Amino acid sequence: MGSSPSRLNVRNQNGITRVEFLDRNILDEAIIHQIGEEIAKLIDGTAKPKMLICFKGVEHLSSAALGTLINVNNKVKQKEGQLRLSDINPQIYEVFQITKLNRIFQIHDTAEKAIASFA
Amino acid sequence: MSLPGSFQQRRTLTDLRTDVEPVQDEVARALASRGYDTAAAFAIRLALEEALVNAFRHGNRSDPTKRVHFTASIDSREASFEVRDEGPGFDLTAVPDPTEEENLEIPSGRGIMLMRAYMSEVEYLPPGNILRMVYRRDDPTGPVGPASKA
Repeated sequence: MGSSPSRLNVRNQNGITRVEFLDRNILDEAIIHQIGEEIAKLIDGTAKPKMLICFKGVEHLSSAALGTLINVNNKVKQKEGQLRLSDINPQIYEVFQITKLNRIFQIHDTAEKAIASFA
Repeated sequence: MSLPGSFQQRRTLTDLRTDVEPVQDEVARALASRGYDTAAAFAIRLALEEALVNAFRHGNRSDPTKRVHFTASIDSREASFEVRDEGPGFDLTAVPDPTEEENLEIPSGRGIMLMRAYMSEVEYLPPGNILRMVYRRDDPTGPVGPASKA
C-alpha cells in the first residue's frame, strides 16, 4: 500500500471533523481517489460523523471530484451522520447549481456558519 | 496594443496522468494572452478536463495502447477544440440526465452535461469518439459559462 502524503488538513473541533484541501485544483484522478479514501477512513472511524468539508482555496474541481463528494455524502448518511460544505467560491458553486447538487448538500458561506448548523 | 494571432495545437496524448496538465497549462496561457477572462478560463479548463478524462477512461477504456488526439484553435473571438479517442464510440442518447431527481445521488455521469453547460457548442460526431466543442466570447445565446460570465 502506498504512503502518499495526505491531501487534506484535518482538525477535530468540538466533535466536528473539519476537512480542508491542500490542493487548489481537484482534477487529477489519483488525487481525487486519494481524497476519497482519506475521507472514507475519517467517516469509518466515527460512530455518527459530523463532518465539515471546507473548500477555501479550491479553484477547480471536476465531475470526478463531485462523484467523490456524493460517495462521501452517501457514506455519512449510512452512518446517520451530518455533512456540511463551506467556503465554496462562486465559480465552483455554479458547478453545484448546474448539476443540481446544491440540492443534496448543505452548503454554507463560511465554516463558522456551517459549524453552527450541526444539530 | 495588438493581441497575438491564432493559437493552433495538435497533440497525441498517451497518458491521462502526465499529458493533460501540460495541455491545460498551454491552453490557459493562450487564453490569457488573448484577453479571455478568468470565467472563460474556468469554463474551458473544466470542459477540457471532462473531455480528456472521458476520452481516456470511457472512450479508450483506459487501454494504455490507445491514444487521444487533441487539437486546439484559439483566437481572440473563440476557442475550439477537438478530442478524438480510439474507442468504438457511444450512444449519446443512452446517457442518463444526471440532474433528474433519481440520478442526483449517483456519483458519475456529469461530465457531458458540464461541457454543455460551460461551452457554446458541444458536438459528438458518429460513432461518438470525436468530440468538438467551441467557446465563443460574449456569446449572447450561449449556455451558462459564456452567457452568464460575459
